[in-house]
Amino acid sequence: MIAALALVVGIVLGLVLEPSVPPPLQPYLPIAVVAALDAVFGGIRARLDGIFDDKVFVVSFVSNVLIAALIVFLGDKLGVGGQLSTGVVVVLGIRIFGNAAAIRRHLFRA
Amino acid sequence: MSTGPAPVPAAPEPAGPTRPSGKGRRAGAWIGLLTALLGFAIAVQVKSTESRSALPTARQEDLVRILDDLSAREERLRREIADLQATRGQLTTGAAGADAALKETRRLTEQLGVLAGTVPATGPGVVITLTERGKQLSADTVLDAVEELRGAGAEAIQIGGQGGAVRVGTSTYFLDGDRGIVVDGTLLRGPYRIVAIGDAATLAAALAIPGGVVNTVEQASATAAIDQRRKVTISTLRPLQPPQYARPVS
Repeated sequence: MIAALALVVGIVLGLVLEPSVPPPLQPYLPIAVVAALDAVFGGIRARLDGIFDDKVFVVSFVSNVLIAALIVFLGDKLGVGGQLSTGVVVVLGIRIFGNAAAIRRHLFRA
Repeated sequence: MSTGPAPVPAAPEPAGPTRPSGKGRRAGAWIGLLTALLGFAIAVQVKSTESRSALPTARQEDLVRILDDLSAREERLRREIADLQATRGQLTTGAAGADAALKETRRLTEQLGVLAGTVPATGPGVVITLTERGKQLSADTVLDAVEELRGAGAEAIQIGGQGGAVRVGTSTYFLDGDRGIVVDGTLLRGPYRIVAIGDAATLAAALAIPGGVVNTVEQASATAAIDQRRKVTISTLRPLQPPQYARPVS
């Protein structure tokens, strides 16, 4: 409940303030968002499974974001930033779909 | 992470609104903070993606291709600019040439017009008044005066009297007429007034030399008054007669 409310508040804040992304952060923000989404879907699934843990959620959220950013950073340094970004997005996307499937099974029993 | 249904632990925690401890509340605050951050980041990213061009996120090969395209286009446009500038240069020089030719022709027309008597003329000159006393002046005498003025460099001459005024041109003739002289078909009677444009002093001197026009006129019992002026105006015009036989050699 708090999370959904906070998400809405964050979106509204972002739309109202309209800050510009600092150039050094520009390649990382999209990946970080996708990683955070993965963490959020994992959290929802765990909640529905009844195994949700605050600490686990916070740690997985932060570490997801950091690792995704780190991978992109490394890829940029190695000259394969684009490909690695695509790889990270694909992997996170698969995980999101997996979590979404579990959530769906819980909600709709199907 | 397995996607199968995870074994649900025996959740002793009753799903109630009561949060057990400060620790849980702090964790809730963290979750709220993180999700708010996530929403914020999503909004910002969407906004910046919408407002930004695709260039900063484009691949290097794409950028190189775009740069190549732009360079080729620039090259093409530069050539076009050069072509257009050359055309413009041709047009301006052509127009300037035509303009200069037109100006020159106009100038020539005016000069020829002054000589032929088809345009009014003004400038320094003399006004000679020939007043008869009793005997009338012969056409010869008046013609002499005009010839003398010509010889002294008069550029435009007009002869007037009672009955009108005539611009003297190359084909002007003088005839003795009934109590006057006929100039180009116009009967003029004295006193005659000859206006000549040229160097006033030279004209006056040419007329006043011993045995010259003034002497001749005075021998014919008339008086000649020469008035040098800084500016005289000849407004009488000659009709232009196109040559009947002579053709310009082209």
